[in-house]
Amino acid sequence: MNNIWTIAKREYDNYFSSPLAYVIGFVILLILGVYFSAIMFFSSGQALYGGPAPTNEQITWWFSFLLTISIPILTMRLISDEARMGTLELMLTAPVRDIELVVGKWLGAFLYVLTLTAVTLVYPIIMDNFISPGLDWRVVLSSYLGLMLFASTLIALGVGISAIFTNQFAAFFITFGLFIFLTFFIGIPASLLQKGGEFFDYLSFSTHFFNSMNRGTINLGDIVYFLSLTALGLFTGSTAIEIRRWR
Amino acid sequence: MIKVSGLTKDYGARRAIHNLNFDAQQGEIVGFLGPNGAGKTTTMRILTGYMPPTDGEAIVAGYDVVEESLEVRKRVGYLPETVPLYTDMVVFDYLKFMGDLRRIPNVEDRVDEVLDRVGLSDRANGYIGNLSKGMRQRVGLAQALMHRPEVLILDEPTIGLDPGQVVEVRELIREIGKERTVLLSTHLLNEAQNICDRVLIINKGKIVAEDTTENLQARLIGAERVMLRVRGEADELAKTVKLVKGVQGVETKEDGSVEFEFASGKDVRPEVAKQVINSGYDLIELRPLGMSLEEIFLELTGSDSKKK
Repeated sequence: MNNIWTIAKREYDNYFSSPLAYVIGFVILLILGVYFSAIMFFSSGQALYGGPAPTNEQITWWFSFLLTISIPILTMRLISDEARMGTLELMLTAPVRDIELVVGKWLGAFLYVLTLTAVTLVYPIIMDNFISPGLDWRVVLSSYLGLMLFASTLIALGVGISAIFTNQFAAFFITFGLFIFLTFFIGIPASLLQKGGEFFDYLSFSTHFFNSMNRGTINLGDIVYFLSLTALGLFTGSTAIEIRRWR
Repeated sequence: MIKVSGLTKDYGARRAIHNLNFDAQQGEIVGFLGPNGAGKTTTMRILTGYMPPTDGEAIVAGYDVVEESLEVRKRVGYLPETVPLYTDMVVFDYLKFMGDLRRIPNVEDRVDEVLDRVGLSDRANGYIGNLSKGMRQRVGLAQALMHRPEVLILDEPTIGLDPGQVVEVRELIREIGKERTVLLSTHLLNEAQNICDRVLIINKGKIVAEDTTENLQARLIGAERVMLRVRGEADELAKTVKLVKGVQGVETKEDGSVEFEFASGKDVRPEVAKQVINSGYDLIELRPLGMSLEEIFLELTGSDSKKK
């Protein structure tokens, strides 16, 4: 555990010493801020005629979408760059298990996303003050829980893929491609097949976050889905490092 | 401290090292001497737990490098050849990070201590990326020393350093080697002679010779070769040199200099110098010619085909 924390802390600090993390944080918060203002103004106009109040899930929907784009950027260099610079040799000859290294990297990136997420909590707080009778906080909680599970999964897959490649851009494109595939494309057979479509539906990010937790439905299936994909990503990373040793 | 038996490593179809056997005791500095691509780095990577061997066994600090890799890694300090460092980190933070991974108590004090030892205290707050090659080498060495390892494995520790730094680093290694086991690789014969108690000569993945530095020296210098140069034209120089008793193998080179040999222990250089001067030449240079690694291998492997 100690090693995981040491590695995570270095990675977390590293994000704040590079312009990249600031740029990503700035862009995400800017887009969300603009979007937030827009729905607030728009809804307040509608509300005069009995229209629906804005909901926080609109914000978390966009946030999760922005994370799908930015997490590959945050994870691409985590292990691939160590391999390229040769510092992986230091890590692999230090008394650190391969899985500790991978989990440490994952945790570092996760803490960065958690920090960013904490900042976005201002939106539901403001919204709650402006609408009557206020937000249903159970839905907000469900959205954020889902968002964290979703981020955890994306980061784990990103770290796993980063461990396979020595070139960080290769890691980026593969990670990003996988996310797009799992969000938009893997569910397609579900609508085409007569039978067995549920299987493809189950594999899709959309089923478990956008159409489920983000709308306030927490069920065990979704949680298991995200946790098992997180485990798969971390296991992939650890295995990829093991393979590097044998090569 | 280090015991290696039958160690073999294949990279695909290429055999990098073949059936290596050697050991190293506590308080001993063992040199791994060989040209590039001889298998030095591969062997060191196996001993540090970076990669498993294809065959054979290696015990370091009492633990098997494959079965008890973590225990080995706790007790080994390693400076890889490329000196990989996190260039975007500050020297102090980097060493503290590596120390934290090794659970060193009072790690900040230890960082100060180690930085002092490698003479980098004044650069503690500088970014590693801004350091010169020599300084980075010392940061790498500091990292390897952080946890007071029982075994220190240094891959080409003096490569890329300027002469002054080379002397400092060698001094440091010699000091460390008094109480710990040091295995270092080099492709410089004089470096191996300079710091090592014992030398393993490796070529094409096999150990071709293993001996104490003194014995090796005696074996190598069966005959010493010397180069002699005088001012101006020297057509008769070779003839003059040949007159001295004990001189063998006189050769005149294209640039007018003369090379000759004498049996080890019978230094005829003073006589040659006198003879040359008495014959009216202006002697400007008289120096021993070192052996190249290639020549050493030919010598040690008993190959009689004299390549020149």
